Amino acid sequence: MSQKPEGWKDLTMAGIITEAGNAEKFETGSWRSDRPIWDESKCTSCLICWIYCPDSSIVLKDGKMVGIDLEHCKGCGICAAECPVKGKAIHMKPESECEL
Amino acid sequence: MKVLGLTGNEAVAEAMRQLNPDVCAAYPITPQTELMEKFSSFVSDGKVKTELVLAESEHSAMSACIGASCAGGRVMTATSANGLALMWEMLYIAASYRCPIVMGVVNRALSGPINIHCDHSDSMGARDAGWIHIFSENSQEAYDNAVQAVKIAEHPDVLLPVMVMLDGFITSHTLERVEILDDEVVSRFVGEYVPKYSLLRSERPMTFGPLDFHDYYFEHKRIQFEAMEKAKPVVRDVSKEFEKLTGRPFDFLEAYRMEDAEIGVIALGSTVGTARGVVDELREQGKKVGLIKLRVFRPFPVKEIAQLAKNLKALAVMDRSNSFGAFGGPVFGETCAACYGTGLQIPIVNYIYGLGGRDTTFEEIRGLYGEIETVAREGKQIDNVRFLNVRE
Repeated sequence: MSQKPEGWKDLTMAGIITEAGNAEKFETGSWRSDRPIWDESKCTSCLICWIYCPDSSIVLKDGKMVGIDLEHCKGCGICAAECPVKGKAIHMKPESECEL
Repeated sequence: MKVLGLTGNEAVAEAMRQLNPDVCAAYPITPQTELMEKFSSFVSDGKVKTELVLAESEHSAMSACIGASCAGGRVMTATSANGLALMWEMLYIAASYRCPIVMGVVNRALSGPINIHCDHSDSMGARDAGWIHIFSENSQEAYDNAVQAVKIAEHPDVLLPVMVMLDGFITSHTLERVEILDDEVVSRFVGEYVPKYSLLRSERPMTFGPLDFHDYYFEHKRIQFEAMEKAKPVVRDVSKEFEKLTGRPFDFLEAYRMEDAEIGVIALGSTVGTARGVVDELREQGKKVGLIKLRVFRPFPVKEIAQLAKNLKALAVMDRSNSFGAFGGPVFGETCAACYGTGLQIPIVNYIYGLGGRDTTFEEIRGLYGEIETVAREGKQIDNVRFLNVRE
């Protein structure tokens, strides 16, 4: 998104998006008012959060939870609410209290 | 080719049978009802392969048409008056999604007070929705325009929806002699629709109608504007090609006995037929009068109108609708704008006429020519906007 946007002659008519899944390129994390904070030491990688995340913001590597994609996470808090670990491996913190 | 006795509604239904749309979603409204009734019998009898969707409202009908068109189908429908008004927001969406939907609009007055008869307030109200507007003088032309509309709409440079207008009751319910082309000739003329983009191509998934904010919306509207510009040569080419096929002349407009005319009148729809008769009568009396039949209202033939007005001493513009608070009716406003900047200094007078189906006869149009002739000859000052045949 950093380069100069295209002129009308270079765009597809009607704003039709011909590339599947390109929402990944569009940053939507800035809408968030609460940020999920992940505690790796408590996480069991049960992947309940990955199942429930309405976006695709739970990042996995080799089937294990490795972090949260804050470029796309909108801070809905479902992951924190659904986390079955006692004492919660994910909790929500207001963005105003988070470091940028 | 065969000759049939058809009403305007039946003539458009006959064109639809030959055009064989993939999807037709519609809702009945007078005076369009007979058109869809006739077409639905073609569907029931297996004469077409159309998926006919009987929607619960015109808003839903147009929505279904848009979905089917985005999916890559040839789509047609028809409506009138308040039905068209109920489609309003979807009309803009059809045009901006670049859906080449063809819709018969059987012109009828908008309520209120409630009226089911002809005037052009319905389609004129939708004149900025981004559709191509083609008016028909009679049943023959309603058929001819419907066939051409599909080829214009589906042209890869255009991909815009087209409304084909015919006057409610006057044309829609009057039996006339109509020449119908052979089915194969129509199929060959329009060809197969190959959509540029299609929702149903599963190997290449796409998104239609995404959110489009201040950063891109304006550019997409600029592309849409360009499509309407590109429609101009396409309308002309398709008209000429159809002319070759049928021997009937087609263009943006028809200049009737305008060669040496000093007095001109612009009209559209069925009134042209009446005015044509008046012109013949006045010509026999040696009066230099002519008639400009406006067939394509969108895109508006700006240069052509200005060119024809150039040698006139006075011009009258007939509007079968009003634009309240504006300087006259829509055709008048467009005509004045077209003449602006050409150095033309002739009186242009607007006649609002025929609202709610008020009959407009030889006598009224004769009076109109008489009045405009006096304006030209004596330089008589009259109101720019006049009402024809309204009781004082």
